[in-house]
Amino acid sequence: MNAEMMPPVLPRLAKAATGVPGLDEILLGGVPAGRPTLVCGSAGCGKTLLGMTFLVNGATRYDEPGVFVSFEETGKDLVENVASLGFDVQQMMAEKKLAIDHIKIDRSEIEESGDYDLEGLFVRLGYAVDQIGAKRVVLDTIETLFSTLSNQGILRAELRRLFGWLKYRGLTAVITAERGDGSLTRNSLEEYVSDCVILLDHRVLDQVTTRRLRVVKYRGSAHGTNEYPFLLDDQGITVLPLSSVGLRHRVYDEAIPTGVPALDAMLGVGGIYRGSSVLVSGVAGSGKTILGASFAAAACARGERSLFLSFEESADQLVRNVGSAGIDLQTPMKTGLLHFNATRATVYGLETHLAVLQRELDRFQPTVAVVDPVSAFRGAPAEVHAFLLRLLDMLKTRGITTVFTSLMISNDRMDQSDFGMSSLMDTWIALIDIESSGERNRGLYILKSRGMNHSNQISEYVLTDHGIELMPPYLGPGGVLTGSARLALEAQEQADGRRRREEVERRRREIARKRMLTERQIAELQTEIEALEAESSALSTQEADSENIRVSDRAAMAVSRRSKWRAANGGDPPPEVTVRAR
Amino acid sequence: MTSEHYNLRLYVAGQTPKSLAAIANLKRICETHLAGRYAIEVIDVAANPQLAAMDQILAVPTLVRRLPEPLKRIIGDLSKIDRVLLGLDIVTEEATA
Repeated sequence: MNAEMMPPVLPRLAKAATGVPGLDEILLGGVPAGRPTLVCGSAGCGKTLLGMTFLVNGATRYDEPGVFVSFEETGKDLVENVASLGFDVQQMMAEKKLAIDHIKIDRSEIEESGDYDLEGLFVRLGYAVDQIGAKRVVLDTIETLFSTLSNQGILRAELRRLFGWLKYRGLTAVITAERGDGSLTRNSLEEYVSDCVILLDHRVLDQVTTRRLRVVKYRGSAHGTNEYPFLLDDQGITVLPLSSVGLRHRVYDEAIPTGVPALDAMLGVGGIYRGSSVLVSGVAGSGKTILGASFAAAACARGERSLFLSFEESADQLVRNVGSAGIDLQTPMKTGLLHFNATRATVYGLETHLAVLQRELDRFQPTVAVVDPVSAFRGAPAEVHAFLLRLLDMLKTRGITTVFTSLMISNDRMDQSDFGMSSLMDTWIALIDIESSGERNRGLYILKSRGMNHSNQISEYVLTDHGIELMPPYLGPGGVLTGSARLALEAQEQADGRRRREEVERRRREIARKRMLTERQIAELQTEIEALEAESSALSTQEADSENIRVSDRAAMAVSRRSKWRAANGGDPPPEVTVRAR
Repeated sequence: MTSEHYNLRLYVAGQTPKSLAAIANLKRICETHLAGRYAIEVIDVAANPQLAAMDQILAVPTLVRRLPEPLKRIIGDLSKIDRVLLGLDIVTEEATA
């Protein structure tokens, strides 16, 4: 009853890590330990190198010595071939961590007569394994035997016995095989080795090779089922399990400066959000790269690690060119904060580009990246779009703030040459050409910026010898004025301003003068009033005086008249009517 | 040509029926065609595994003609005599006749 209720606890399949970056992730740990794994693929697709990497990593990282049984290359060739990857096989052999046995079979000097078996191979392998206590074995490429030995019946029986023997000895084996037409391997080795089958492939499309790896089957274990691109270069094999498109990236509230203070101001939050993606689109020569470089230089100045992916210019050329605009990339390059990855977009297929980028990101761990330009990638629009989407996701899931530049054919932003990239971007800064009055100037405006109350102005984008400057826009009747037209307008406005100020000053003086006049008038009038008052009071006094005088005069006259009257009439004169002052 | 001395080595792995058959077949062939001018060395690679790698032995039994040069190899229990003679470049009396 209990057994039905609870799933039985099964021992988990033991795995042996290959140590190949990415491959163990796809295999969810590694190849099955103690069992053979078949690696098949066409010539030159990296089977031998994968096998050798498996052994070298086993010997150096996992304390599992290994035996390389080579049916094709000599031990010397093998050692030399992998030396370029930094594998010191000679040293490992001296330390008994690795053994190489080259099985040389020359068809021309072998005659077959009667029954035989491959016990010699078993003896040699067993001896080599015992000598170094090997846990890993690579057989590369055992299929060679099919062309050397004519008795296929014996060979097949012996191979079956060999794989059984490997399992019995608990050896983790990698058996390489040539890809066959319509079958995984030319000699159907998959019939014998079927615990884990890995298919390597390199395809040429439009003259560009893309290497891919697929886990065809893995008995007893889940595994990544897609085709994964892988790299085969001076750093060995790197498989890149490119994650699917997801929107699970972390969101940051922190805004980081773009390196152009005026642009930061235009963005409203003082820069762009960390982890966001910025598209800088513009026509040729509009200064996209310089804006990107300025962003990278600013990040480096803050001590952030910046990755510059240049697909059109070499690192040296780019550093020199942006240096002339006062942006110093030389210093952060020297200190190691800035890492350049300059490759032609057409060098590899899109998948390989992603793979290379993923490896760069893993190794360099940048917080800021510049992709210059995304428009360098050509191909079927749907493919390029998918590529860009994955590129974007790869950067976003790592929280890397990225500036993508994109070349536009014309100023018209409806002219979409960005493969629908703009809709994926958080911020879109457009650099435009403004041609007027016989000159060409650059303009910058923010087309969109998610989560920001950004400016809607078109500013003039000026490249100086000390970096990028954004000039406040001048709007004339014909639109934004830039360059000398702006300067002319500025001068005119200055003149106008001066004239206005002079006018105001003049009018102020006029008013002051008028005021003075009026005040003077008021003073005069006041004086007049005072004069009048004085006159008036003088009049009163005068009147009073004259009255008095008259009275006194009359009295005097009366006295005199009386005397005269008395002298003429003898007696007193008649009383006079008093005239009063009114 | 007929005066040449044959230095032969037979690699076997243990006392298996194939090994024993090969040894017997080789002795018979040599006695018949190379009487008095051959030397056979039987090497058991199971007992001397390092020799298997050194002498590039893959299949067993393997007969190696060390002399006369060039080196020749014949694999199998040597039951097909004509293939052995061909492999050892032994010109038989029947062939010359």
